[in-house]
Amino acid sequence: MSQQLLQIKPLSQPVHLGVEPATFSAEIEAEIDRHLAKYPVKRSAILPLMFIVQRERGYLDPAGVLYLANRLGLRITDIWEVATFYSMIQTNPVGKYHIQICKTLSCKILGEPKITEHVCNKLGIKPGETTTDGRFTVSLVECLGSCGTAPMFQLNFDYHENLTPEKVDQILDTLP
Amino acid sequence: MRIEAIGCEPLQLRRVHLENSHTLDVYQRNGGYEAIKKMLDSMSPNDVIEEVKKSALRGRGGAGFPTGLKWSFVPKDSPKPKYVVCNADESEPGTFKDRYLMERDPHMLIEGMLIAAYALGAKVNYIYTRGEYKYLIDIMDVALAEARAAGLLGEKILGTDFSCEIHTHTGAGAYICGEETALLSSLEGNRGHPRMKPPFPAVSGLYACPTVVNNVETLTAVPDIIKMGGAAYQKLGTEKSGGTKLWSVSGHVNSPGVYELPMGYDDMEKFIMEDCGGISNGRSLKAVIPGGSSVYIMRASDIVGKDVRMDYEGLVAGGSSVGSGGFIVMDDTVDIFESTKNLTEFYKHESCGWCTPCREGTDWLVKIFKRIEGGDGRVDDPQLLLDLCDNIEGKSFCPLGDAASWPIQSAVKRFPEDFRKRLEGNNGNP
Repeated sequence: MSQQLLQIKPLSQPVHLGVEPATFSAEIEAEIDRHLAKYPVKRSAILPLMFIVQRERGYLDPAGVLYLANRLGLRITDIWEVATFYSMIQTNPVGKYHIQICKTLSCKILGEPKITEHVCNKLGIKPGETTTDGRFTVSLVECLGSCGTAPMFQLNFDYHENLTPEKVDQILDTLP
Repeated sequence: MRIEAIGCEPLQLRRVHLENSHTLDVYQRNGGYEAIKKMLDSMSPNDVIEEVKKSALRGRGGAGFPTGLKWSFVPKDSPKPKYVVCNADESEPGTFKDRYLMERDPHMLIEGMLIAAYALGAKVNYIYTRGEYKYLIDIMDVALAEARAAGLLGEKILGTDFSCEIHTHTGAGAYICGEETALLSSLEGNRGHPRMKPPFPAVSGLYACPTVVNNVETLTAVPDIIKMGGAAYQKLGTEKSGGTKLWSVSGHVNSPGVYELPMGYDDMEKFIMEDCGGISNGRSLKAVIPGGSSVYIMRASDIVGKDVRMDYEGLVAGGSSVGSGGFIVMDDTVDIFESTKNLTEFYKHESCGWCTPCREGTDWLVKIFKRIEGGDGRVDDPQLLLDLCDNIEGKSFCPLGDAASWPIQSAVKRFPEDFRKRLEGNNGNP
């Protein structure tokens, strides 16, 4: 696999999806360059770059995919192939606040169902859904490495641990 | 949550409670970077590998492979670049030790990687961290910049001819990338599919070059081995399992946390009932999964009064294994059918889809669990689960298939009543 990887040639022509590739500020481009500089093979930067596109555009949209294909010298299908494998790469819009509740064993036996019920009732949505105002998405996810401080959820990239319904209220009610 | 050493002086946890323990200053004032000074002064790469061999350090990620031996497999005469990759993809349910090591003592990991890189002749090295641990990547990036500014990383480290760079890298939510060959696929920018072994990464790993992949806890043990000598480190533990080990403890205990114990600690019952404060809410112990979700589940009767020794050999004798050292403790309110279903759903979700036994097998396992849960179970279903596991275990491309099978095999055999209960009163099913 790795030998094949080394043989992948950059495309000579830009690819088109019927959309224009995304553009980024000079500052973001410099951040992307810093990631690319870490690796002898550009493709290695694909996940870090996907996170940057996601951060800047809300999710990995077609314009973002096209940008990555051009930037990394890969085919559009190479980008989609990777994007669809990883659960943290969002290929559909998600809420401004993505609440990811850990549902694996330690959290499960220490009160995850109660937390999930509370979050869902409070927001009026089910796991996997987004509120109509686009503010919140709730997902049930697998182990986040917070078993000693269960139950927990990750709100975007922030860990919130030892949750109780009261603590959940306090976190969600004070979000900007 | 507690973080402390029991039955030994804290070694890996020595600095975690110091104020600003994540800074270079605190690390250096408390013994940090002395190991690389000693190494660069007086040791050849081969000496380093020999010390690690003497230490009887075994890989802390789960497989327990002797670290020194793994390092010695890297061909010294290879003209290709060599790589050290730190596996910080910590995703095994019940395991959360690496997180605290990186959060509280990132320079210990950097020093461990520098030593490994020196021993193997690696110039560029990566820390592959799970995507959810973004805050740890930020901490590591700050620590790496500090080390670079102090001449401890980069060109001509401490004025010697040794040059070495370390970069952070992010995963994106795939458990399978904790498997070393899948991790390398992911680091190359591909889907996280495992690769056929052999060739092993030591010969053909990252970019088809010689590569060593080690867990965070393994690499952070290395500076102490160099400082105190391999033999002294080994004596902290047992003959075959040297040193100390971190155990992540979660579930129904009064004091969950990360505990550092000498390898060979006696015994598991005392550890749970006294050191971890016993079972919460005055309930009684029902079951323990001692090595992260992928090992055999143990009954209370396998532990209480059995003097189970906490090291690789002791836990196998006790009917399970060390794995990643993640204890999930369950009290008598837990239904083992449900807990096993929960873990099976985890493996189904995390199966990478590359090979048929694992992809289809884990899906079928979940379907059978759901049918039993829905009241449509058949009396033969526990046996059907075992038969399915037989067709996954040892037949999948990578160990994820084994990891999915072992919890079920042990649960069905050791807690048959929890499955039988679910099948009672099922009319009309053959």
